[in-house]
Amino acid sequence: MAVIRDTIPAFELFQPSSLEDALALRRRYGKASWAYAGGLDSLDWFKDRIKRPDAVIDLGGIEELRGIRGVPDVDDGVEIGAMTTLTEVATHAGIQSKFGLLSDAASKVATPQIRNQGTIGGNVSQDTRCWYYRGGWPCYRAGGNICYADTPTSINREHALFEANRCVAVNPSDTAPALIALDAKFVIQGPGGEKVVDAEDYFLTPATDITRMTILEPDELLTSIRLPGTWGGARFYFEKVRDRQAWDFALVSVSSAMKLSGNLYFDGLVQQYTIEDIRIVVNAVGPRPLRLRDVERQLKGQSATEDVGKAAGELAILGNRPLQHNAYKIPLMRNLVKRAIRGA
Amino acid sequence: MNIFQWEQNPWGQEILIRISWDLFWISMAVGAVFIIGHLIYRAKNPPAKAEGAVTEASAAGIPNKVVRHSVSSRLFHWVMTVAVFVLLVTGFFPVLGIQFNWLAIHWIAGLAFIATIVFHIVHASFWLKLRDMWIDGKDWSEWKQEMRRVMSKGGKGGPPPPKSAKYPVDQRLFHGMISVAAFGVMLTGLVMLLRIDTPLFTRNPYLFAESTWGLVYVIHGLSAVGFVGMLMAHVYFAALPEKRWMTISMIVGWITKKDFVEHHDPERWVVTEKTSE
Repeated sequence: MAVIRDTIPAFELFQPSSLEDALALRRRYGKASWAYAGGLDSLDWFKDRIKRPDAVIDLGGIEELRGIRGVPDVDDGVEIGAMTTLTEVATHAGIQSKFGLLSDAASKVATPQIRNQGTIGGNVSQDTRCWYYRGGWPCYRAGGNICYADTPTSINREHALFEANRCVAVNPSDTAPALIALDAKFVIQGPGGEKVVDAEDYFLTPATDITRMTILEPDELLTSIRLPGTWGGARFYFEKVRDRQAWDFALVSVSSAMKLSGNLYFDGLVQQYTIEDIRIVVNAVGPRPLRLRDVERQLKGQSATEDVGKAAGELAILGNRPLQHNAYKIPLMRNLVKRAIRGA
Repeated sequence: MNIFQWEQNPWGQEILIRISWDLFWISMAVGAVFIIGHLIYRAKNPPAKAEGAVTEASAAGIPNKVVRHSVSSRLFHWVMTVAVFVLLVTGFFPVLGIQFNWLAIHWIAGLAFIATIVFHIVHASFWLKLRDMWIDGKDWSEWKQEMRRVMSKGGKGGPPPPKSAKYPVDQRLFHGMISVAAFGVMLTGLVMLLRIDTPLFTRNPYLFAESTWGLVYVIHGLSAVGFVGMLMAHVYFAALPEKRWMTISMIVGWITKKDFVEHHDPERWVVTEKTSE
């Protein structure tokens, strides 16, 4: 069991001022390096003495990783530097007006102090909050061969319903599902140059690599996130259910972006829109944000009503595999999906 | 370098996790050193012909094609080859850092591998001669003769290469060693299936204590890395020109009369109608 001590283990601290230097350090130290963004996930690990990197690369001094700007070659798109703080993302006028889903999700992360310090890159790349893993126990994710969260007596009410594969930890990010719903692209720089991946493909399940949550290699850095204009101005819905409204990770969250047709018809006195296209993502129910593709397929061409939402909720939860203490997440997820479709 | 990976469990006990993956590289290195060593030896001492000249008398009664591997045997060999290849790729590529969704492919290939081995055991027990693969006194004599030849500067002054029964003694030894490794991975692999989600049965990762699971992982790992080195040697020998007649027989099923007379002792491998084509 990890014991929090007063001091963190020694490491070499680098504070590069350019992306090039940071990448060179990542290349030099590889697995022994640690990319330090806001430090909110990192410092826990260091103080618990569980992660002991040789070199910590503080990305805070790299200006090109900060800020929100237009995307070259993409009309109406926005590029967010990975080191942009969550507060900046949540309060940016352009993001608020066009990609309200992301500003909503970013504004729900932890506390104002944490959002002032935490970055969008760090938020999507953070490690799972499974306390057995974070407690330093030799579980699958830590390189061992057991999952302590999946025993008959484990405390696993926060753990996975879907895609568990030996490890039952969940992805804790609030902004990641919103970015997937917005069809964001993640820009990664590494020895092979720049690569751009769909937000959805940035995350890994334990079936692929049980020790990592993202595809980021030890010699790479997430440098920015691009939001294409495609989903700008769509109807968005974000809801995060947590134990404490003030400050906590999601028990379940839902993010959706819907394009509704202009034709509305009346069912009694209620206006109903037809769903032309939709992307809907649920998080904290699996090791990666779970895009509900079956639900999306079924919803296209349907009207965004209570009944359709209810049916979508039922479809969304198919295939769930609850653990000892997390079956409550099933109705929670079903209802959140329903609320996302009907618009609260 | 470590041989095993140990971790401390929540109760402060040191528990065995698995083998150190350094052993994978050691197995590869041993295989490579063996191959390089053999290549050097072979370059200095070109392969000699087996004892006894091929005469008309010795070839009398031998058909032009002698069946060495039946269709079932060849099918078993190649299906198993594919299964082993898939198992090695899915088992070791993630260790080498090439990540993909390997687990489902691995256990399915593992079951295919077990199925081929079960088939082989039944087939060999009832349709083939088990004694063909067992090592008896004559095989040891053959082994000693071969060793004397090797030690005497590649046969110069030593005895000629011995003629073997259906399978040469080195093949039988290889079969014995690979069988041990195969049973190691199979038995532990079957138990490890209990730890993961499959449609076959309800998962039960708590069947054994952590330390016992560690042992299971160690045996699985040791057998698997053993496989790597042995397969390197197997593929190497199969590719050697002087062994090619045997490799080809694993494809077409038969060997020629000339190869039979050159390499086999007709008293130890009696050609019957069943083995004629």
